[in-house]
Amino acid sequence: MATAAPDQYYVPHHTYWPLITSAGMFGAALGGGIYLNGVGGGLILMLVGIAIIIGAAAGWFAEVIHESEHGYYNAQVDRSFRQGMLWFIFSEVMFFAAFFGALFYARVLSIPWLGGEGTGVTTYEFLHQGFQAAWPTHGPAELGGAFETIGAWGIPALNTSILLASGVTITFAHWALKQERRGALIGWMWATIILGAIFLGFQSYEYVHAWRDLNLTLGSGIYGSTFYMLTGFHGFHVTLGVIMLLVITLRCMKGHFTPKSHFGWEAVAWYWHFVDVVWLILFVFVYWI
Amino acid sequence: MSAVITEHDDHHHEAPSPWSIKRWLSTTNHKDIGTLYLWFALLMFFVGGFMALIIRAELFQPGLNLVDPHFFNQMTAMHALVMIFGAVMPAFVGLANWMVPMMIGAPDMALPRLNNWSFWILPFAFTLLLLTLFLPGGAPAAGWTLYPPLSLQTGAAFPFLILSIHLLGISSILGAINIIATIFNLRAPGMSLMKMPLFVWTWLITAYLVIAVMPVLAGAITMLLTDKFFATSFFSATGGGDPVLYQHIFWFFGHPEVYILILPAFGIISTIIPTFARKPLFGYSSMVYATASIAFLSFIVWAHHMFTVGMPLAGQLFFMFSTMLIAVPTGVKVFNWVATMWRGAMTFETPMLFAIAFVVLFTIGGFSGVMLALAPADIQYHDSYFVVAHFHYVLVPGAVFAIIAGVYYWLPKWTGHMYDERLGKWHFWLSAIFVNVLFFPQHFVGLAGMPRRIPDYSLQFANFNAISTVGAFGYGIAQLIFLWLVIKCIRGGKPATQEVWEGSRGLEWTVPSPAPHHTFQTAPEVK
Repeated sequence: MATAAPDQYYVPHHTYWPLITSAGMFGAALGGGIYLNGVGGGLILMLVGIAIIIGAAAGWFAEVIHESEHGYYNAQVDRSFRQGMLWFIFSEVMFFAAFFGALFYARVLSIPWLGGEGTGVTTYEFLHQGFQAAWPTHGPAELGGAFETIGAWGIPALNTSILLASGVTITFAHWALKQERRGALIGWMWATIILGAIFLGFQSYEYVHAWRDLNLTLGSGIYGSTFYMLTGFHGFHVTLGVIMLLVITLRCMKGHFTPKSHFGWEAVAWYWHFVDVVWLILFVFVYWI
Repeated sequence: MSAVITEHDDHHHEAPSPWSIKRWLSTTNHKDIGTLYLWFALLMFFVGGFMALIIRAELFQPGLNLVDPHFFNQMTAMHALVMIFGAVMPAFVGLANWMVPMMIGAPDMALPRLNNWSFWILPFAFTLLLLTLFLPGGAPAAGWTLYPPLSLQTGAAFPFLILSIHLLGISSILGAINIIATIFNLRAPGMSLMKMPLFVWTWLITAYLVIAVMPVLAGAITMLLTDKFFATSFFSATGGGDPVLYQHIFWFFGHPEVYILILPAFGIISTIIPTFARKPLFGYSSMVYATASIAFLSFIVWAHHMFTVGMPLAGQLFFMFSTMLIAVPTGVKVFNWVATMWRGAMTFETPMLFAIAFVVLFTIGGFSGVMLALAPADIQYHDSYFVVAHFHYVLVPGAVFAIIAGVYYWLPKWTGHMYDERLGKWHFWLSAIFVNVLFFPQHFVGLAGMPRRIPDYSLQFANFNAISTVGAFGYGIAQLIFLWLVIKCIRGGKPATQEVWEGSRGLEWTVPSPAPHHTFQTAPEVK
């Protein structure tokens, strides 16, 4: 009664993880909404929902890893996973594109218009007279008060080199995995994780410094909005990436993955390179120019 | 190797009982999940339809008659959200789930657990969205487009609205990824890309639109959320932002979204017409290229929704001309459908009737679209009932008719029974007549200046609005025939043959009716 000889496409039968995950998402969204409306209990419900999502994800992944390690998946299943991950990362790219689009629109078009350029001249005369179209800005109302920005060549440049270095270490790890050198693999994986953690540490320090010392907050007009939204979502993705790296490192230590078959490992590596590339664009357009 | 795999012995070739709750909650079967999607879409079609009838009842006569204006606005916003994200999109995903694996000779969808997840997010997301009707301040009332600053004035419903749209987006993206992986990776040997049925092609392209733009919507509404709760000023000029920025980002999603709602419909119509004209589709490859061209163009036309916001002239010109270009590939499609029917041995079963009505009525919606694409003329039409008439023509006798046509076409394959042709004809003729009674007069009131999203109107519009409301109730009631017909067909009827239709072509017609729970566990050879 074999469901999937290795020459057959493996179709799993029955799973409750997706339903449990969806219920967790519902709890998190309901709780989050209640919390944002300032009603008590929302935060707890949101955290419970998130806990359910994490638990269900762990259970779901454990099942997939089990099947993978027991040889249920043939090369065709492997390709499905690859394509799934590839297009998931593409959708993430488009998510960031929305925020980059907002940044470019503000800098290139709407701020000059606010300053009276083009057809914005009448609005400028009546509403925003004296507003200097420049970047950075917190708008005609000078929302949030005077602020300073983070220079590109301090922590951000350091963080750039850290992430680039982590891209190198994960590639060394990949070579080690392909040559079946477990010790080196695990060593380079931990190096990558440590670099990711250092990045996050620097980023947190930078946030505290910006918020407290430079008065750069989410409320600092369009500059603060785009700055925190872009770097914040990136930092969130790096955090996810580090967690994913931890999981596959532990799997490496348990003896998972073979030189030929290690899609789970590669998916994380792709994701890590993706957050790396987003950072480079961020570094150029948010910090540098 | 196979010794370790035997532990999954719960595998049966027969479908488990339809009354087993476990089956529906935990299924990974593409046919079961397709069924869930289709029933969910039908439920939402009636929920959204009920909201539409509230709108039309209020507009039956001038004056504020039935509902509070704020509630009226809630109905217009919710009707659109429910119909777009709850009815049309899930219906297409349901059809894709059922038919794409069967059409390409695949054992199932590529990622079956993910498939279950894509579906089960939906009921939770809509529970969240519909719950807002009972909150203080009511449901969202700023239109489905959620333009700031108006949408930021939404009451307690606001965060639930945003988070439910996030959930819907996640569901759509996961579903689209699954469809792409299925089509690229699970085709039977010999099924080259240019041999794929057009429904598969149109869905492949649609899936790319989904993964490209749903995340952009997620970004846009995330910025709304932070503007409301976390002091950001993306869409506030006082902070250096711009409310028009929201419209740009929204419509960068929104215009491809309207093609997400219509490209699979093109695929269905391109499948049905050859069957009942008993001729191969005219211009198969031009259909594929036309679909891809429409998809590409959809990314560079978005600002035609915003001609009145005060864009630079160069922008208006660019978006006007790029929009008019879409008429070219769409014209290719309409031409091909007509050419397929030309000198065909045509019969007029219900799916074909809906398909022909689609060709005629969708084209009317397409023509009014070309009118709206003209930037100078659009300043008159903008936000008038003419726009309402336009997009309802492409969505109701367009997308919805195609879905209904597809259901009639494939229902015998799903259930193993022929549907009641007489009831089907009644359903068709009542729908086709009333949909025009409903939407055609809206062109006239729109051109005469009646604004959309308004619960009351000037006396001069009274007659046409009364007619439109009669059409709405007629159309709504006609859909109950459809519900009855589907239930009747599931419960019994004349047994369907394997081919079902005389002129049917394709792998899905090589398996028995009803299709076995698992089809093509060994891939068929395609020549």
